[in-house]
Amino acid sequence: MDNVFAYLAHAGGKLDDSALELLGAARTLFPGAAPVALAAGSGASLDAACQEAAASFAEVWKFDQEVLAYPNAELLRPLLARVLPPGAIVLLPHSTLGMDLGPGLSVKLGAAYLPDVVDGSAAAGMTLEAVRQEFSGQASAHVTCDLSAGAVVTLRSGAFKADASRSAAGRIVDRSPDAAGLAARRRFVKLVQAEAGDIDITREEVLVSVGRGIGDKENIALVEELAGAMGAALCCSRPIVDAKWLEKPRQVGTSGQTVKPRVYLALGISGSFQHLGGIKGSPFLVAVNKNPKAPIFQAASVGVVADLLELVPALTEAIRKGR
Amino acid sequence: MEILVCVKRVPDAAENEIAVEGGALRGDDLVYSVNEWDNYAVEEAIQIVEREGGSVTVVTVGDGESEEVLRREMAMGANQGLLLSDPAFAGADGLGLATVLAAAVRRGAYDLVLTGAQADDGAAQVGGMLAAILDWPFASLVNSIEAQGGLLRVGREIEGGAQEVSEIDLPCVLSIQTGINEPRYVGLRGIRKVASVELPVLDAAALGVAPAPARVRRIDYFVPPAGAGADMLTGSTAELAGQLVELLKAKGGLK
Ligand SMILES: Cc1cc2nc3c(=O)[nH]c(=O)nc-3n(C[C@H](O)[C@H](O)[C@H](O)COP(=O)(O)OP(=O)(O)OC[C@H]3O[C@@H](n4cnc5c(N)ncnc54)[C@H](O)[C@@H]3O)c2cc1C
Repeated sequence: MDNVFAYLAHAGGKLDDSALELLGAARTLFPGAAPVALAAGSGASLDAACQEAAASFAEVWKFDQEVLAYPNAELLRPLLARVLPPGAIVLLPHSTLGMDLGPGLSVKLGAAYLPDVVDGSAAAGMTLEAVRQEFSGQASAHVTCDLSAGAVVTLRSGAFKADASRSAAGRIVDRSPDAAGLAARRRFVKLVQAEAGDIDITREEVLVSVGRGIGDKENIALVEELAGAMGAALCCSRPIVDAKWLEKPRQVGTSGQTVKPRVYLALGISGSFQHLGGIKGSPFLVAVNKNPKAPIFQAASVGVVADLLELVPALTEAIRKGR
Repeated sequence: MEILVCVKRVPDAAENEIAVEGGALRGDDLVYSVNEWDNYAVEEAIQIVEREGGSVTVVTVGDGESEEVLRREMAMGANQGLLLSDPAFAGADGLGLATVLAAAVRRGAYDLVLTGAQADDGAAQVGGMLAAILDWPFASLVNSIEAQGGLLRVGREIEGGAQEVSEIDLPCVLSIQTGINEPRYVGLRGIRKVASVELPVLDAAALGVAPAPARVRRIDYFVPPAGAGADMLTGSTAELAGQLVELLKAKGGLK
């Protein structure tokens, strides 16, 4: 395969962690390939990202235009459709940018779209066999992807080991003129940082985290009491914030906070990758879930199959008695 | 504003314990519902129409069983439902579905098309593909929409919960993230009111589409070999609580 490309996310002159994971994925899925890195942006921060990329990729295509300073998928898509050769295989991170860019890019390239790959084996001929997850990780699936007209493949963060060998003394090819004259019907205005709350769960050592399994707003009091008895802070999964039962700054996950506690008690949380993506530092993770097959038990240190509405009050009681 | 919302009937992952048997999902006791993200999309469409005027149409690609999700969304307040159904649509991949939906969009005069950000397969693909086929601008993971003259100001929720604000021209396709609103409750009375409304059904011939053969195919479902996994505790509720207290103490989980 001589037509494998990796789109590099970068910010502030540094490559995103996904960049070397894409390289690692390329080594697994397309072993013979020398993936070409695609880096778009503007000015010194793009130059720095390209320098860093050249240590790992044999070839880096640089697209420097002021309008590309912010990675707007509505500009990147026509750019990539313009410069990529027919049959190209494009690797993207399955990030909010990849989700924005990828599906439409596959249409514009006439290529197949294979999203959120978590595993796979070396492509055989024009077929790639990969593993995906469905139902928030409750079921895994083998899928095949026909590569004959190219493919856009997005890769889950953390699924493939980063290739950090830095074994290339790559060359940077300035393709900026190819990115001239891009105009989008969606124009970036500004970035609004997430609101800060009255609590900073990222600094807490002991967290009690509640998920959709709590069932009802009234039941939140049960986990508040448990957290109180433990001297822990209360946090949650996304559906609890969506339902407005707790505030956004308490949400753990890829679209919430990244926490690094010593102990994490997950109550009625299924263990989606978006939730687990916000838990770092390998805490002592206790999971309580009524479904013995819940994916959270794969990530937990200790598991309890139980109805949290029964177990939580009993646990609160036992802790109070033990004091 | 004329708004089309694409919805999907899915096994309800919150209601079911999804189990795999012989390469397939165990299907006998699956409970189905509307894809979680789609309810937010329909609610958003209804709220936009309440502010700006116009109407909301809900559409799905599926068989007769998918009618129930259209009726549910109509009970929420969507004005029309549209079922796209043909044996030729079965087994379509994301691109196939987007092709069928694009044909339905072209038959109407829509200013805005909404989809859920993703559905049960976590692919998050149909909205972006639909926009590309129509050659309309697109934004994914939208968590705020404000009409401003001939365009929209939209927010996309990105990593860490930050919001990327953009202006987008109409017509456009937006995929909606959960939490953008609080979807209204649908009672039995509401469902009964729309139970007998005629739902137009369009097949491949009526739409003038033939989805291309799927290039991405699911071979089977499987259970990944269990990793180390958790140490599972057993016992009565009181015993479990006692064991947890000891463990939490030992690991510094009690302050
Ligand atoms: C772009 C994007 C970003 C996202 N970002 C995040 C994020 O930052 N954080 C996040 O959490 N999610 C995020 N999500 C959502 C994520 O995909 C899942 O939908 C979510 O994490 C599920 O939350 P949950 O585990 O609480 O709910 P569910 O998946 O519904 O799980 C509920 C669990 O509770 C169990 N249960 C039910 N009743 C009981 C009971 N009585 N006792 C014990 N157990 C019970 C069930 O068995 C089930 O396992 C994101 C999704 C997308 C698309």
